[in-house]
Amino acid sequence: METVFKRPHGLTDKAFHYCPGCTHGIVHRLVAEVMDELGIEGDTVGIASVGCTYNSYDYFNCDMIQAAHGRAPAVATGAKRSLPGKYVFTYQGDGDLAAIGTAEIVHAATRGEKITTIFVNNAIYGMTSGQMAPTTLVGQVTTTTPFGRKPELHGYPVRVSEMLSTLEGAVYVERVAVNNVQNIKKAKAAIKKAFQVQMAGLGFSIVEVLSICPTNWGMTPQNSLKWLEENMMDHYPLGNFKGKDLEV
Amino acid sequence: MGEKILMKGNEVIAEAALRAGCRHYFGYPITPQTEVAHYMAKKMEQIGGVFVQAESEVAAINMVYGSASTGARVMTSSSSPGISLKQEGISYSAGAELPMVIIDIVRCGPGLGGILPAQCDYFQMVKGGGHGDYNLIVLAPCSVQEMYELVVDAFNIADTYRNPVVVMGDGYLGQMMEAVEFRDEEPIVKVEKPWATCGSKLERPHNTTTSIYIDPDVLEAHNNKLQAKYREVEKNETRVEEYNCEGADVIVTAYGTVARIVKNVIKEAEKEGIKVGLIRPITLWPFPSASYEKYADKVKGFLCVEMSTGQMIEDVKLAVNGKNTVDFYGRTGGNVPTQAAILEEVRKIAAKK
Repeated sequence: METVFKRPHGLTDKAFHYCPGCTHGIVHRLVAEVMDELGIEGDTVGIASVGCTYNSYDYFNCDMIQAAHGRAPAVATGAKRSLPGKYVFTYQGDGDLAAIGTAEIVHAATRGEKITTIFVNNAIYGMTSGQMAPTTLVGQVTTTTPFGRKPELHGYPVRVSEMLSTLEGAVYVERVAVNNVQNIKKAKAAIKKAFQVQMAGLGFSIVEVLSICPTNWGMTPQNSLKWLEENMMDHYPLGNFKGKDLEV
Repeated sequence: MGEKILMKGNEVIAEAALRAGCRHYFGYPITPQTEVAHYMAKKMEQIGGVFVQAESEVAAINMVYGSASTGARVMTSSSSPGISLKQEGISYSAGAELPMVIIDIVRCGPGLGGILPAQCDYFQMVKGGGHGDYNLIVLAPCSVQEMYELVVDAFNIADTYRNPVVVMGDGYLGQMMEAVEFRDEEPIVKVEKPWATCGSKLERPHNTTTSIYIDPDVLEAHNNKLQAKYREVEKNETRVEEYNCEGADVIVTAYGTVARIVKNVIKEAEKEGIKVGLIRPITLWPFPSASYEKYADKVKGFLCVEMSTGQMIEDVKLAVNGKNTVDFYGRTGGNVPTQAAILEEVRKIAAKK
């Protein structure tokens, strides 16, 4: 009998600890499938960050380095500069990347580090139990914006992909979502392209993945997907911001 | 050995690192150590090594963390306020057992303080400025020649024990020019790094570099393993210079530039019939406690001299363990203890019954 679907080699056989309905599992799988398809698992070093995916090193089958909160792009810079022929990616959430790690991501992109960042944006801090993230939408209720995010008190949600796409060093920037099968396929294509851009040595590549956090949003997974479509996609439009036509 | 060359301390640090096989440097400018970066920027580009000027000290130490994870010989350098910023990454590096060399050319504080030499980083380097139970191996040269030799040793020690090693000098040691004589060949210790996260080639299970262990028993076992390693380091790597200590009336203890001033004090005191010895810790951690124990009941008293308000003195007192008095003399703000002032303190102790 022909096997038509199996666990990618890029993932270990350890069961995910993520909450029911969380989309991290999907994104992990996409990264692993891309490593399989490009045949680069043995030449890849991933950087785990701080947040719900702190121990993604248990799930990805490639060599992994666990980084301090927000510092993954700096750690990736060190790893890639010392292993110029290998593939280095960071896997970061929005609390990690867009708050405490803003300097590191901006400057890794500015320098055009030949690394790939998978940026999972669910508009909230997941692991620490639902605080406001820089990406939290206006009006969104979190444990630190109990009456909703108010611009006059908390400012506006940051659009990371748009911001990074202004930098020459960032050569491939795309925002995707994992809310339905069609978008999941597009997300995988973007992740693959981001790794190919790295392979070609063209510069910094990032894929921002709009994701859900049913636990901290206080919704069912189905309602969370609907909320993502109706609210997040409006503020965070999907699409390619840079590097669509790069030959890789 | 070759000919003697006149070189600035900071440049010797960089040259020593290159001679030790370091091809990866990540830093951020700060006075008074920036010449290390200048030298590295030029040389690394010429020899195909890695030089990155990071966006901050925080990023620089994390680049070192990433580079060390791959098994590279890697170094960063900074000065006191910059070292404060690096402490997060240093704690993670100690936890993840990453070999690296960190240079601290100390200036005076607290806060932005000043840019002149000081020894006020003893606490943050020796006692661990970051969180958690860990030790850095801290080497303290007193001359440009010794700076060269200790930087080379630092890489070997770091690789041998999988631990960050600090070479700490007051600003004088970075800024002054002195004669240095380089060896024809460096005593490089080659250490296999099967733990490195450098790509598995699918030939082994994947490696992980991490400092997080959520299970309390696993984390405790990790801590116990680190402590066992530190005991080994204490046994094998403690270094000290004992000078003129046999039969001394007074023992002065100091490290770095201050120890050289003390050597002049010893000559002056001798003219007055006072025999003064010097205990100069070369490793600030592990601290050479045995040297103090040895003379604790043989001298009239100890004098600890520092360019700080008294930091190393805590370790001296622990070593003397109440068996004798330990007086203190220090200057701050970039001022240096003078020979005359130290001699005056020595006289007071020598005059004791």
